[in-house]
Amino acid sequence: MRRALANPSLVIGVAIVATIVLLALLAPHVATHGIAQMDMRNRFALPSAEHWLGTDNFGRDLWSRMVAGARISLAIALAATAGAAAIGTAVGLAAGYFGGWVDLILMRITDIFLGFPAIVLALALVAVLGPGVTNVALSLVVVFWTEYARVVRAATLVLREQTYVAAARALGASPARILVREILPNAAGPIIVLASLGLGTAVIAESALAFLGFGLPPPAPTWGWTLAYGTGFMREAPWLSIVSGAAIMLTVLGFNLLGDGLRDLLDPRQLTRASGATRKT
Amino acid sequence: MDLAVAAGETLAIVGESGCGKTMTALALMRLLPEGAEVAAGTVRLDGQDILALPERAVEDLRGSRIAMVFQEPMTALNPVMTVGAQIAEAVARHRGLGGRPAWAEAVEALRLVRMPDPAARARAYPHELSGGMRQRAVIAMALVNRPRVILADEPTTALDVTIQAQILALIGTLQAELGSAVVLITHDLGVVAETADRVIVMYAGRKVEEAAVTGLFDAPLHPYTQGLMAAVPRGRGGARLADIPGTVPPLSALPPGCAFAPRCPLAGPRCRTLRPPLTEPRPGHRVACWERGA
Repeated sequence: MRRALANPSLVIGVAIVATIVLLALLAPHVATHGIAQMDMRNRFALPSAEHWLGTDNFGRDLWSRMVAGARISLAIALAATAGAAAIGTAVGLAAGYFGGWVDLILMRITDIFLGFPAIVLALALVAVLGPGVTNVALSLVVVFWTEYARVVRAATLVLREQTYVAAARALGASPARILVREILPNAAGPIIVLASLGLGTAVIAESALAFLGFGLPPPAPTWGWTLAYGTGFMREAPWLSIVSGAAIMLTVLGFNLLGDGLRDLLDPRQLTRASGATRKT
Repeated sequence: MDLAVAAGETLAIVGESGCGKTMTALALMRLLPEGAEVAAGTVRLDGQDILALPERAVEDLRGSRIAMVFQEPMTALNPVMTVGAQIAEAVARHRGLGGRPAWAEAVEALRLVRMPDPAARARAYPHELSGGMRQRAVIAMALVNRPRVILADEPTTALDVTIQAQILALIGTLQAELGSAVVLITHDLGVVAETADRVIVMYAGRKVEEAAVTGLFDAPLHPYTQGLMAAVPRGRGGARLADIPGTVPPLSALPPGCAFAPRCPLAGPRCRTLRPPLTEPRPGHRVACWERGA
């Protein structure tokens, strides 16, 4: 615990992420206006006591739309990351533990998915599946699972040679039990780190899809789409793009700091490297 | 390789590093690593051939009727599970007991291996225990289902001398209590003299001598065994310790005759061309040597 508090990136990351998650959870309560509530006499209003972050081209309150957008971004990022981690971990465990042709086939399938540029693949999938929270999350799962598969496979290759795995086998444990009880808990560190970094990547990807018009259709208050149509009003209301861009940046920064912090905490080798103790070359 | 252990008996397998002791033990449990396999032969446990069983059936045997104590107590325990949970897992696996009774069995097993304050230690993680306590936990894990055969692969090499003596005494006591057969793998002749009933000396993957422990120590026949004995410090300072010149040949490049011939003081021309058969010059004392055999 003291080590966790002494780690600035972890502390700042947790603070940012906690704030944004809290705002998203409490969105209906912290919002000052309805997300689709238009006020044509107050178009492009400057930030004020009434509209904390100003209004957009329809006079809609930007603050209320931002906190509602946080819900969308976080929900999609969470679902996509959980799905990708689950699938990738299962594939990586099987490939790493069983080896041989199982490994060969699973890793070649992984390579095929890795061969596509991520955002293009996601775009194509959303175009085929159609918009919607589930479909956007699903397409991100398809893009992101490969990373977990490769990392977990590498960890499994190391862990399966451990004496306690042999000991478990000598006690009559089946392969399934060894994977779940012996190898998975010991591979949890890298999976957790990857997932917290992956949440940031998923937020960016979701925003990118929305920016390109492949996210949730308007009037859904996605950060990506607000950023996109905000660019059309750069002269009248620059805060539209600035605020939504800052929201994306801050969220991703929070997840990245959290991920880096967790890695330092969970991987002692990384810790010594970061402190310069082993940096001799 | 050919060995037999009876219930309640301790058989020691001795030999230098790399002579195949551990591989023999793993072969007995059908746990050989990838790339190694049993070329031919049978492994019988109470008359049942383990090598002929399907994998599922072997999994049922492992940990219940034949169990193994590993060399390194530091790495033989899963670092993210409590010691008690790991032992309870073996109980649940083989006896179908639920969480609470399995846990009680685990604590009982820790008590059996003389772990101080077993109920509290069961809730400890491996890194919270000392080396000796971890080895006790590893032994408890192997013994919890009262196996017929215990394979102990250098159970004391990673421990300091006082703890070594305690662990060896413990294995002896538990064996008497459970009536199990023990196969003790070691390179330490002192350990053999204290604990074993019978001894097999291995060299380059083959048995070169087998005898009751007294017969072997009183009158070793094979020149390799004699060399090993001469290399044990006796505590009468001054004299330079004898050694066996050379090293064990790699198993891929064994000489055609006796594998020990290149290092043997007695080796004649026959030793370099023909492999000596195992003979029994004295009752119960077998040796594979042209010079010393029957």
